[in-house]
Amino acid sequence: MINFITEIFSYSFMQHALLGCLLASVGCGIIGTYVVVKRIGFMAGGIAHSVLAGMGIAYFMGASPLAGAMISALISGVLIGWINLRWRQHEDILIAAFWSVGMAIGVIFISRTEGYNIDLMSYLFGNILLITTRDLYLMLILDSVILVLVLLFYRQFLATAFDEEFSRLRGINVEFYYILLLCMVALTVVLLIQVVGLILVLALLILPAASAAQFVSSIKRMMLLSAIFSVVITTTGLIISYEPDLPSGSTIIILAGVFYILSIITQGMIRKLRKN
Amino acid sequence: MKNIIEIENVSFSYTRAPVLRNVSLTVPEGEFLGIVGPNAGGKSTLIKLILGLLQPGSGTIRVLGNDPVMARSHIGYVPQYPTFSRRDFPINVMDTVLMGRLGFTSHFGGYSKNDREIATETIQAVEIADTANRPVGTLSGGQLQRVLIARALACKPEILILDEPTANIDMRVEEDIFGLLKHYNENMTIIVVSHDIGFISGYVDRVACLNQTLICHTTDEISGKTIEELYGAPVRMIHHSHQH
Repeated sequence: MINFITEIFSYSFMQHALLGCLLASVGCGIIGTYVVVKRIGFMAGGIAHSVLAGMGIAYFMGASPLAGAMISALISGVLIGWINLRWRQHEDILIAAFWSVGMAIGVIFISRTEGYNIDLMSYLFGNILLITTRDLYLMLILDSVILVLVLLFYRQFLATAFDEEFSRLRGINVEFYYILLLCMVALTVVLLIQVVGLILVLALLILPAASAAQFVSSIKRMMLLSAIFSVVITTTGLIISYEPDLPSGSTIIILAGVFYILSIITQGMIRKLRKN
Repeated sequence: MKNIIEIENVSFSYTRAPVLRNVSLTVPEGEFLGIVGPNAGGKSTLIKLILGLLQPGSGTIRVLGNDPVMARSHIGYVPQYPTFSRRDFPINVMDTVLMGRLGFTSHFGGYSKNDREIATETIQAVEIADTANRPVGTLSGGQLQRVLIARALACKPEILILDEPTANIDMRVEEDIFGLLKHYNENMTIIVVSHDIGFISGYVDRVACLNQTLICHTTDEISGKTIEELYGAPVRMIHHSHQH
Protein backbone atom coordinates (compact mmCIF):
# COMPACT_ATOMS: atom_id res chain seq x y z
CA MET A 1 0.00 0.00 0.00
CA ILE A 2 2.70 2.48 0.99
CA ASN A 3 4.65 1.27 -1.98
CA PHE A 4 1.65 2.03 -4.16
CA ILE A 5 1.29 5.56 -2.86
CA THR A 6 4.94 6.45 -3.39
CA GLU A 7 4.79 5.01 -6.90
CA ILE A 8 1.76 7.08 -7.76
CA PHE A 9 3.93 10.14 -7.31
CA SER A 10 6.94 8.77 -9.10
CA TYR A 11 5.43 7.02 -12.14
CA SER A 12 3.22 8.79 -14.65
CA PHE A 13 1.64 5.48 -15.76
CA MET A 14 0.25 5.08 -12.25
CA GLN A 15 -1.22 8.59 -12.34
CA HIS A 16 -2.71 7.80 -15.75
CA ALA A 17 -4.20 4.58 -14.45
CA LEU A 18 -5.86 6.33 -11.53
CA LEU A 19 -7.18 9.12 -13.74
CA GLY A 20 -8.48 6.44 -16.09
CA CYS A 21 -10.41 4.87 -13.21
CA LEU A 22 -11.97 8.22 -12.33
CA LEU A 23 -12.93 9.05 -15.92
CA ALA A 24 -14.35 5.59 -16.56
CA SER A 25 -16.44 5.85 -13.39
CA VAL A 26 -18.32 8.93 -14.61
CA GLY A 27 -19.74 7.20 -17.68
CA CYS A 28 -20.10 3.96 -15.77
CA GLY A 29 -22.26 5.56 -13.06
CA ILE A 30 -24.55 7.45 -15.43
CA ILE A 31 -25.07 4.88 -18.17
CA GLY A 32 -24.85 1.86 -15.85
CA THR A 33 -27.86 3.29 -14.02
CA TYR A 34 -29.95 3.41 -17.21
CA VAL A 35 -28.81 -0.06 -18.22
CA VAL A 36 -29.92 -1.44 -14.85
CA VAL A 37 -33.30 0.30 -14.60
CA LYS A 38 -34.12 -0.35 -18.26
CA ARG A 39 -32.90 -3.96 -17.92
CA ILE A 40 -30.85 -3.89 -21.10
CA GLY A 41 -27.76 -5.50 -19.57
CA PHE A 42 -27.48 -8.19 -22.19
CA MET A 43 -27.99 -5.71 -24.96
CA ALA A 44 -25.01 -3.81 -23.54
CA GLY A 45 -23.13 -7.13 -23.47
CA GLY A 46 -23.91 -7.67 -27.15
CA ILE A 47 -22.63 -4.21 -28.04
CA ALA A 48 -19.49 -4.72 -25.96
CA HIS A 49 -18.51 -8.01 -27.55
CA SER A 50 -19.29 -6.95 -31.10
CA VAL A 51 -16.75 -4.17 -30.60
CA LEU A 52 -13.99 -6.68 -31.27
CA ALA A 53 -15.03 -6.65 -34.95
CA GLY A 54 -14.18 -2.95 -35.23
CA MET A 55 -10.96 -3.35 -33.30
CA GLY A 56 -9.85 -6.24 -35.49
CA ILE A 57 -10.65 -4.45 -38.74
CA ALA A 58 -8.91 -1.26 -37.54
CA TYR A 59 -5.87 -3.28 -36.58
CA PHE A 60 -5.82 -5.03 -39.93
CA MET A 61 -5.93 -1.67 -41.71
CA GLY A 62 -3.28 -0.18 -39.47
CA ALA A 63 -5.70 2.27 -37.88
CA SER A 64 -6.24 2.95 -34.20
CA PRO A 65 -8.07 0.01 -32.58
CA LEU A 66 -9.92 2.41 -30.28
CA ALA A 67 -11.29 4.36 -33.24
CA GLY A 68 -12.40 1.03 -34.68
CA ALA A 69 -13.96 0.12 -31.36
CA MET A 70 -15.89 3.37 -31.21
CA ILE A 71 -17.23 3.08 -34.77
CA SER A 72 -18.26 -0.55 -34.39
CA ALA A 73 -19.82 0.10 -30.97
CA LEU A 74 -21.97 2.87 -32.40
CA ILE A 75 -22.89 0.82 -35.46
CA SER A 76 -23.94 -2.19 -33.41
CA GLY A 77 -25.78 0.07 -30.92
CA VAL A 78 -27.87 1.61 -33.69
CA LEU A 79 -28.36 -1.72 -35.50
CA ILE A 80 -29.36 -3.70 -32.41
CA GLY A 81 -31.76 -0.92 -31.43
CA TRP A 82 -33.23 -0.54 -34.88
CA ILE A 83 -33.73 -4.27 -35.56
CA ASN A 84 -35.07 -4.76 -32.07
CA LEU A 85 -37.70 -2.05 -32.55
CA ARG A 86 -39.01 -3.91 -35.58
CA TRP A 87 -38.75 -7.52 -34.43
CA ARG A 88 -38.89 -7.21 -30.68
CA GLN A 89 -39.80 -10.82 -30.04
CA HIS A 90 -36.38 -11.96 -31.24
CA GLU A 91 -34.32 -9.82 -28.92
CA ASP A 92 -32.33 -12.73 -27.45
CA ILE A 93 -31.42 -14.14 -30.86
CA LEU A 94 -30.38 -10.71 -32.08
CA ILE A 95 -28.10 -10.13 -29.13
CA ALA A 96 -26.53 -13.58 -29.41
CA ALA A 97 -25.85 -12.96 -33.11
CA PHE A 98 -24.17 -9.60 -32.57
CA TRP A 99 -22.29 -10.93 -29.57
CA SER A 100 -20.57 -13.86 -31.25
CA VAL A 101 -20.51 -12.84 -34.92
CA GLY A 102 -18.86 -9.57 -33.90
CA MET A 103 -16.17 -11.41 -31.96
CA ALA A 104 -15.66 -13.89 -34.77
CA ILE A 105 -15.10 -11.10 -37.31
CA GLY A 106 -12.61 -9.49 -34.96
CA VAL A 107 -10.66 -12.71 -34.44
CA ILE A 108 -10.51 -13.38 -38.22
CA PHE A 109 -9.12 -9.92 -38.96
CA ILE A 110 -6.63 -10.09 -36.12
CA SER A 111 -5.39 -13.48 -37.34
CA ARG A 112 -4.91 -12.02 -40.85
CA THR A 113 -2.96 -9.01 -39.65
CA GLU A 114 0.66 -8.92 -40.86
CA GLY A 115 3.20 -9.30 -38.09
CA TYR A 116 0.46 -10.27 -35.68
CA ASN A 117 1.93 -9.29 -32.39
CA ILE A 118 -0.68 -7.28 -30.58
CA ASP A 119 -1.53 -8.10 -27.08
CA LEU A 120 -5.02 -9.37 -27.74
CA MET A 121 -5.39 -10.11 -24.06
CA SER A 122 -5.23 -6.42 -23.16
CA TYR A 123 -8.25 -5.65 -25.34
CA LEU A 124 -10.16 -8.63 -24.06
CA PHE A 125 -9.31 -8.21 -20.40
CA GLY A 126 -8.03 -4.64 -20.23
CA ASN A 127 -4.79 -3.26 -19.00
CA ILE A 128 -5.24 0.01 -17.26
CA LEU A 129 -1.52 0.40 -16.64
CA LEU A 130 -1.01 0.87 -20.40
CA ILE A 131 -3.39 3.84 -20.65
CA THR A 132 -1.85 6.75 -22.58
CA THR A 133 -2.46 10.49 -22.34
CA ARG A 134 -4.30 10.30 -25.65
CA ASP A 135 -6.61 7.62 -24.24
CA LEU A 136 -7.33 9.84 -21.27
CA TYR A 137 -8.29 12.76 -23.52
CA LEU A 138 -10.57 10.46 -25.48
CA MET A 139 -12.18 9.29 -22.23
CA LEU A 140 -12.66 12.90 -21.16
CA ILE A 141 -14.41 13.69 -24.45
CA LEU A 142 -16.66 10.61 -24.20
CA ASP A 143 -17.61 11.54 -20.62
CA SER A 144 -18.42 15.09 -21.71
CA VAL A 145 -20.64 13.89 -24.57
CA ILE A 146 -22.52 11.53 -22.23
CA LEU A 147 -22.90 14.21 -19.53
CA VAL A 148 -24.21 16.83 -21.95
CA LEU A 149 -26.73 14.45 -23.52
CA VAL A 150 -28.02 13.30 -20.13
CA LEU A 151 -28.30 16.87 -18.82
CA LEU A 152 -30.24 17.92 -21.92
CA PHE A 153 -32.57 14.93 -22.12
CA TYR A 154 -32.72 13.73 -18.53
CA ARG A 155 -36.52 13.84 -18.39
CA GLN A 156 -36.98 12.04 -21.69
CA PHE A 157 -34.59 9.25 -20.71
CA LEU A 158 -36.31 8.94 -17.34
CA ALA A 159 -39.81 8.88 -18.82
CA THR A 160 -39.02 6.35 -21.55
CA ALA A 161 -37.23 4.07 -19.08
CA PHE A 162 -40.18 4.27 -16.67
CA ASP A 163 -43.16 3.96 -19.02
CA GLU A 164 -42.66 3.85 -22.78
CA GLU A 165 -46.33 3.95 -23.67
CA PHE A 166 -47.10 7.01 -21.58
CA SER A 167 -43.99 8.76 -22.93
CA ARG A 168 -45.17 8.14 -26.48
CA LEU A 169 -48.56 9.65 -25.63
CA ARG A 170 -46.80 12.73 -24.31
CA GLY A 171 -45.21 13.25 -27.69
CA ILE A 172 -41.77 11.85 -26.89
CA ASN A 173 -40.05 10.06 -29.76
CA VAL A 174 -39.49 6.85 -27.80
CA GLU A 175 -37.57 5.12 -30.62
CA PHE A 176 -35.16 8.03 -30.99
CA TYR A 177 -34.30 8.11 -27.29
CA TYR A 178 -33.98 4.32 -27.21
CA ILE A 179 -31.39 4.36 -29.99
CA LEU A 180 -29.67 7.41 -28.52
CA LEU A 181 -29.39 5.57 -25.21
CA LEU A 182 -27.89 2.51 -26.92
CA CYS A 183 -25.35 4.81 -28.61
CA MET A 184 -24.44 6.19 -25.20
CA VAL A 185 -24.11 2.64 -23.91
CA ALA A 186 -21.78 2.02 -26.86
CA LEU A 187 -19.63 5.04 -25.96
CA THR A 188 -19.51 3.91 -22.33
CA VAL A 189 -18.44 0.45 -23.41
CA VAL A 190 -15.48 2.00 -25.27
CA LEU A 191 -14.73 4.07 -22.18
CA LEU A 192 -14.67 1.01 -19.94
CA ILE A 193 -12.75 -1.22 -22.35
CA GLN A 194 -9.71 0.82 -21.39
CA VAL A 195 -10.09 -0.31 -17.81
CA VAL A 196 -11.37 -3.87 -17.83
CA GLY A 197 -11.40 -5.02 -21.46
CA LEU A 198 -14.40 -5.91 -23.59
CA ILE A 199 -15.09 -9.33 -22.08
CA LEU A 200 -15.47 -7.91 -18.58
CA VAL A 201 -17.13 -4.61 -19.46
CA LEU A 202 -20.63 -5.85 -18.74
CA ALA A 203 -19.91 -6.46 -15.05
CA LEU A 204 -18.39 -3.04 -14.51
CA LEU A 205 -21.30 -1.40 -16.30
CA ILE A 206 -23.96 -3.18 -14.25
CA LEU A 207 -22.64 -4.13 -10.83
CA PRO A 208 -21.86 -0.66 -9.34
CA ALA A 209 -25.28 0.58 -10.51
CA ALA A 210 -27.05 -2.53 -9.25
CA SER A 211 -25.28 -2.07 -5.89
CA ALA A 212 -26.33 1.59 -5.77
CA ALA A 213 -29.93 0.61 -6.56
CA GLN A 214 -30.07 -1.14 -3.18
CA PHE A 215 -29.76 2.15 -1.33
CA VAL A 216 -31.42 4.94 -3.30
CA SER A 217 -34.81 5.81 -4.71
CA SER A 218 -34.04 8.31 -7.41
CA ILE A 219 -32.20 8.01 -10.70
CA LYS A 220 -30.00 11.02 -9.99
CA ARG A 221 -28.80 9.61 -6.68
CA MET A 222 -28.35 6.20 -8.22
CA MET A 223 -26.07 7.72 -10.87
CA LEU A 224 -24.04 9.59 -8.28
CA LEU A 225 -23.75 6.65 -5.91
CA SER A 226 -22.85 4.15 -8.62
CA ALA A 227 -20.17 6.52 -9.94
CA ILE A 228 -18.77 6.70 -6.39
CA PHE A 229 -18.98 2.90 -6.05
CA SER A 230 -17.25 2.57 -9.38
CA VAL A 231 -14.40 4.85 -8.27
CA VAL A 232 -14.00 2.84 -5.07
CA ILE A 233 -14.11 -0.49 -6.92
CA THR A 234 -11.70 0.43 -9.74
CA THR A 235 -9.10 2.19 -7.60
CA THR A 236 -9.19 -0.47 -4.88
CA GLY A 237 -8.88 -3.14 -7.56
CA LEU A 238 -5.91 -1.32 -9.01
CA ILE A 239 -4.22 -1.07 -5.61
CA ILE A 240 -4.84 -4.73 -4.73
CA SER A 241 -3.61 -5.97 -8.09
CA TYR A 242 -0.50 -3.81 -8.18
CA GLU A 243 1.78 -5.42 -5.59
CA PRO A 244 1.31 -9.12 -6.49
CA ASP A 245 1.11 -8.14 -10.20
CA LEU A 246 -2.39 -9.59 -10.74
CA PRO A 247 -4.33 -8.68 -13.90
CA SER A 248 -5.93 -5.37 -12.93
CA GLY A 249 -9.13 -5.79 -14.98
CA SER A 250 -9.99 -9.14 -13.48
CA THR A 251 -9.19 -7.97 -9.95
CA ILE A 252 -11.54 -5.01 -10.44
CA ILE A 253 -14.36 -7.22 -11.71
CA ILE A 254 -14.06 -9.71 -8.84
CA LEU A 255 -14.15 -6.78 -6.47
CA ALA A 256 -17.27 -5.47 -8.23
CA GLY A 257 -18.92 -8.85 -7.68
CA VAL A 258 -17.98 -8.91 -4.00
CA PHE A 259 -19.20 -5.33 -3.66
CA TYR A 260 -22.55 -6.25 -5.15
CA ILE A 261 -23.05 -9.21 -2.81
CA LEU A 262 -22.07 -7.07 0.17
CA SER A 263 -24.57 -4.36 -0.79
CA ILE A 264 -27.38 -6.91 -1.06
CA ILE A 265 -26.49 -8.30 2.37
CA THR A 266 -26.23 -4.81 3.86
CA GLN A 267 -29.58 -3.82 2.42
CA GLY A 268 -31.13 -6.99 3.83
CA MET A 269 -29.76 -6.15 7.26
CA ILE A 270 -31.02 -2.57 7.07
CA ARG A 271 -34.48 -3.85 6.21
CA LYS A 272 -34.44 -6.27 9.14
CA LEU A 273 -33.30 -3.56 11.55
CA ARG A 274 -36.08 -1.25 10.36
CA LYS A 275 -38.71 -3.92 10.90
CA ASN A 276 -37.59 -4.57 14.49
CA MET B 1 -73.15 19.17 -27.31
CA LYS B 2 -70.31 18.27 -29.64
CA ASN B 3 -68.94 14.81 -30.09
CA ILE B 4 -65.51 14.31 -28.57
CA ILE B 5 -64.83 10.88 -30.05
CA GLU B 6 -66.30 9.45 -33.25
CA ILE B 7 -65.58 5.84 -34.13
CA GLU B 8 -67.11 4.51 -37.34
CA ASN B 9 -67.13 0.88 -38.45
CA VAL B 10 -63.71 0.14 -37.04
CA SER B 11 -62.23 -3.32 -37.41
CA PHE B 12 -58.88 -4.41 -36.11
CA SER B 13 -56.80 -7.57 -35.90
CA TYR B 14 -53.28 -8.18 -34.60
CA THR B 15 -52.81 -11.31 -36.68
CA ARG B 16 -55.59 -13.01 -38.59
CA ALA B 17 -58.15 -13.42 -35.84
CA PRO B 18 -60.28 -10.27 -35.61
CA VAL B 19 -60.16 -8.43 -32.28
CA LEU B 20 -62.72 -5.76 -33.16
CA ARG B 21 -65.45 -6.05 -35.79
CA ASN B 22 -67.42 -3.08 -37.12
CA VAL B 23 -67.26 -1.09 -33.93
CA SER B 24 -69.04 2.26 -33.96
CA LEU B 25 -69.16 4.55 -30.97
CA THR B 26 -69.80 8.23 -30.44
CA VAL B 27 -68.84 9.90 -27.20
CA PRO B 28 -70.39 13.32 -26.54
CA GLU B 29 -68.56 15.98 -24.56
CA GLY B 30 -68.78 15.53 -20.81
CA GLU B 31 -69.87 11.92 -20.87
CA PHE B 32 -68.70 9.36 -18.33
CA LEU B 33 -68.52 6.18 -20.41
CA GLY B 34 -67.78 2.72 -19.10
CA ILE B 35 -66.43 -0.01 -21.37
CA VAL B 36 -66.97 -3.55 -20.13
CA GLY B 37 -66.41 -6.96 -21.64
CA PRO B 38 -64.61 -10.26 -21.25
CA ASN B 39 -60.83 -10.64 -21.29
CA ALA B 40 -59.51 -10.51 -24.85
CA GLY B 41 -62.79 -8.89 -25.86
CA GLY B 42 -60.87 -5.95 -27.31
CA LYS B 43 -61.24 -3.36 -24.53
CA SER B 44 -57.58 -2.39 -24.32
CA THR B 45 -57.30 -2.57 -28.11
CA LEU B 46 -60.14 -0.08 -28.51
CA ILE B 47 -58.42 2.24 -26.02
CA LYS B 48 -55.13 1.97 -27.91
CA LEU B 49 -56.93 2.82 -31.16
CA ILE B 50 -58.47 5.92 -29.58
CA LEU B 51 -55.00 6.91 -28.33
CA GLY B 52 -53.51 6.40 -31.77
CA LEU B 53 -51.11 3.74 -30.48
CA LEU B 54 -52.66 1.34 -33.02
CA GLN B 55 -54.12 2.06 -36.45
CA PRO B 56 -57.50 0.58 -37.41
CA GLY B 57 -57.55 -2.08 -40.13
CA SER B 58 -60.66 -0.43 -41.56
CA GLY B 59 -63.01 2.34 -40.48
CA THR B 60 -62.24 5.78 -39.09
CA ILE B 61 -61.56 7.27 -35.69
CA ARG B 62 -61.74 10.99 -34.97
CA VAL B 63 -60.80 12.41 -31.61
CA LEU B 64 -61.68 16.07 -31.00
CA GLY B 65 -62.31 16.24 -34.75
CA ASN B 66 -58.76 15.18 -35.46
CA ASP B 67 -56.60 12.17 -36.16
CA PRO B 68 -56.03 10.35 -32.82
CA VAL B 69 -52.26 10.91 -32.98
CA MET B 70 -52.85 14.67 -33.32
CA ALA B 71 -55.34 14.69 -30.46
CA ARG B 72 -53.11 12.80 -28.04
CA SER B 73 -51.89 15.80 -26.13
CA HIS B 74 -55.48 16.47 -24.99
CA ILE B 75 -55.89 12.99 -23.54
CA GLY B 76 -54.83 11.91 -20.07
CA TYR B 77 -54.18 8.18 -19.95
CA VAL B 78 -54.04 5.89 -16.93
CA PRO B 79 -52.55 2.54 -17.96
CA GLN B 80 -53.69 -0.86 -16.81
CA TYR B 81 -52.28 -1.79 -13.44
CA PRO B 82 -50.47 -5.05 -14.35
CA THR B 83 -48.42 -3.35 -17.06
CA PHE B 84 -47.24 -1.18 -14.28
CA SER B 85 -45.32 -3.70 -12.23
CA ARG B 86 -42.08 -1.70 -12.19
CA ARG B 87 -42.31 -1.01 -8.51
CA ASP B 88 -38.56 -1.31 -8.01
CA PHE B 89 -37.98 1.69 -10.28
CA PRO B 90 -36.12 4.39 -8.35
CA ILE B 91 -38.51 7.32 -8.65
CA ASN B 92 -40.69 9.29 -6.27
CA VAL B 93 -44.32 10.38 -6.58
CA MET B 94 -43.57 13.98 -7.56
CA ASP B 95 -41.22 13.02 -10.40
CA THR B 96 -43.75 10.49 -11.68
CA VAL B 97 -46.58 13.04 -11.74
CA LEU B 98 -44.31 15.60 -13.41
CA MET B 99 -44.05 13.27 -16.41
CA GLY B 100 -47.59 14.34 -17.21
CA ARG B 101 -46.15 17.75 -18.10
CA LEU B 102 -43.88 16.37 -20.83
CA GLY B 103 -44.93 17.68 -24.19
CA PHE B 104 -46.16 20.95 -22.67
CA THR B 105 -42.85 22.08 -21.30
CA SER B 106 -39.48 23.00 -22.79
CA HIS B 107 -37.72 20.25 -24.71
CA PHE B 108 -34.37 20.49 -22.93
CA GLY B 109 -33.31 20.52 -19.31
CA GLY B 110 -35.70 20.57 -16.35
CA TYR B 111 -39.33 21.32 -15.52
CA SER B 112 -40.58 24.90 -15.14
CA LYS B 113 -42.06 26.43 -12.01
CA ASN B 114 -45.46 26.25 -13.67
CA ASP B 115 -45.05 22.50 -14.27
CA ARG B 116 -44.21 21.97 -10.60
CA GLU B 117 -47.19 24.02 -9.48
CA ILE B 118 -49.54 21.98 -11.69
CA ALA B 119 -48.05 18.71 -10.45
CA THR B 120 -48.39 19.84 -6.83
CA GLU B 121 -52.02 20.84 -7.41
CA THR B 122 -52.95 17.49 -8.95
CA ILE B 123 -51.17 15.57 -6.20
CA GLN B 124 -53.25 17.50 -3.68
CA ALA B 125 -56.42 17.03 -5.71
CA VAL B 126 -56.13 13.24 -5.67
CA GLU B 127 -55.34 13.38 -1.94
CA ILE B 128 -51.83 11.98 -1.90
CA ALA B 129 -49.97 15.18 -0.99
CA ASP B 130 -48.33 13.46 1.99
CA THR B 131 -46.66 10.92 -0.31
CA ALA B 132 -45.12 13.45 -2.73
CA ASN B 133 -41.54 12.60 -1.81
CA ARG B 134 -41.98 8.88 -1.28
CA PRO B 135 -40.62 6.30 -3.73
CA VAL B 136 -43.47 4.76 -5.74
CA GLY B 137 -42.29 1.31 -4.67
CA THR B 138 -43.41 1.97 -1.10
CA LEU B 139 -47.00 2.93 -1.97
CA SER B 140 -50.14 0.84 -1.57
CA GLY B 141 -52.07 -0.22 -4.68
CA GLY B 142 -54.66 2.49 -4.15
CA GLN B 143 -52.02 5.18 -3.65
CA LEU B 144 -50.15 4.10 -6.77
CA GLN B 145 -53.37 4.26 -8.76
CA ARG B 146 -53.91 7.81 -7.53
CA VAL B 147 -50.36 8.69 -8.62
CA LEU B 148 -51.11 7.43 -12.12
CA ILE B 149 -54.37 9.39 -12.17
CA ALA B 150 -52.52 12.50 -10.98
CA ARG B 151 -49.94 12.00 -13.73
CA ALA B 152 -52.75 11.85 -16.31
CA LEU B 153 -54.46 14.91 -14.81
CA ALA B 154 -51.20 16.86 -14.91
CA CYS B 155 -51.62 16.83 -18.71
CA LYS B 156 -54.66 19.10 -18.14
CA PRO B 157 -56.62 16.81 -20.44
CA GLU B 158 -60.01 17.26 -22.09
CA ILE B 159 -60.48 13.49 -22.07
CA LEU B 160 -59.40 11.10 -19.35
CA ILE B 161 -59.05 7.44 -20.29
CA LEU B 162 -58.49 4.77 -17.65
CA ASP B 163 -57.79 1.11 -18.40
CA GLU B 164 -58.99 -1.08 -15.50
CA PRO B 165 -58.05 1.51 -12.89
CA THR B 166 -59.21 -0.56 -9.96
CA ALA B 167 -58.29 -4.10 -11.00
CA ASN B 168 -56.02 -4.78 -8.03
CA ILE B 169 -57.64 -2.58 -5.47
CA ASP B 170 -60.08 -3.41 -2.71
CA MET B 171 -63.69 -2.32 -2.92
CA ARG B 172 -63.50 0.61 -0.50
CA VAL B 173 -60.61 2.24 -2.37
CA GLU B 174 -62.40 1.52 -5.64
CA GLU B 175 -65.35 3.59 -4.43
CA ASP B 176 -63.01 6.44 -3.44
CA ILE B 177 -61.38 6.45 -6.85
CA PHE B 178 -64.66 6.42 -8.76
CA GLY B 179 -65.95 9.19 -6.49
CA LEU B 180 -62.88 11.18 -7.50
CA LEU B 181 -63.50 10.46 -11.19
CA LYS B 182 -67.14 11.50 -10.85
CA HIS B 183 -65.93 14.82 -9.50
CA TYR B 184 -63.53 15.30 -12.43
CA ASN B 185 -66.28 14.36 -14.86
CA GLU B 186 -67.76 17.82 -14.24
CA ASN B 187 -64.96 19.30 -16.35
CA MET B 188 -63.90 16.52 -18.68
CA THR B 189 -65.03 13.51 -20.67
CA ILE B 190 -64.07 10.25 -19.02
CA ILE B 191 -63.79 6.74 -20.45
CA VAL B 192 -63.13 3.92 -18.04
CA VAL B 193 -62.52 0.28 -18.90
CA SER B 194 -63.73 -2.11 -16.25
CA HIS B 195 -64.51 -5.74 -15.64
CA ASP B 196 -67.16 -4.90 -13.06
CA ILE B 197 -70.27 -3.64 -14.84
CA GLY B 198 -72.42 -3.76 -11.70
CA PHE B 199 -70.09 -1.50 -9.83
CA ILE B 200 -69.42 1.10 -12.51
CA SER B 201 -73.07 1.46 -13.54
CA GLY B 202 -73.55 3.49 -10.36
CA TYR B 203 -71.12 6.10 -11.66
CA VAL B 204 -71.13 6.14 -15.46
CA ASP B 205 -73.71 7.63 -17.85
CA ARG B 206 -73.51 4.82 -20.38
CA VAL B 207 -72.00 1.38 -20.64
CA ALA B 208 -70.43 0.02 -23.82
CA CYS B 209 -70.26 -3.77 -23.85
CA LEU B 210 -67.43 -4.98 -26.01
CA ASN B 211 -66.76 -8.48 -27.21
CA GLN B 212 -65.34 -8.01 -30.70
CA THR B 213 -68.54 -6.12 -31.46
CA LEU B 214 -69.86 -3.28 -29.36
CA ILE B 215 -73.28 -2.45 -28.00
CA CYS B 216 -74.18 0.46 -25.76
CA HIS B 217 -76.61 0.62 -22.86
CA THR B 218 -77.65 3.73 -21.00
CA THR B 219 -77.45 3.20 -17.27
CA ASP B 220 -81.28 3.45 -17.08
CA GLU B 221 -81.50 0.40 -19.29
CA ILE B 222 -79.15 -1.43 -17.01
CA SER B 223 -81.13 -0.68 -13.87
CA GLY B 224 -83.94 -2.99 -12.80
CA LYS B 225 -84.20 -6.30 -14.53
CA THR B 226 -81.15 -5.88 -16.75
CA ILE B 227 -78.82 -5.24 -13.86
CA GLU B 228 -80.07 -8.36 -12.09
CA GLU B 229 -79.30 -10.31 -15.19
CA LEU B 230 -75.88 -8.73 -15.39
CA TYR B 231 -75.16 -9.49 -11.78
CA GLY B 232 -76.59 -12.96 -11.94
CA ALA B 233 -74.96 -14.23 -15.08
CA PRO B 234 -71.29 -14.20 -16.03
CA VAL B 235 -70.39 -11.19 -18.18
CA ARG B 236 -69.12 -13.55 -20.86
CA MET B 237 -72.58 -15.05 -21.40
CA ILE B 238 -74.24 -11.68 -21.71
CA HIS B 239 -71.82 -10.61 -24.37
CA HIS B 240 -72.25 -13.77 -26.30
CA SER B 241 -75.93 -12.96 -26.46
CA HIS B 242 -75.33 -9.80 -28.48
CA GLN B 243 -76.59 -10.26 -31.98
CA HIS B 244 -75.79 -7.64 -34.58
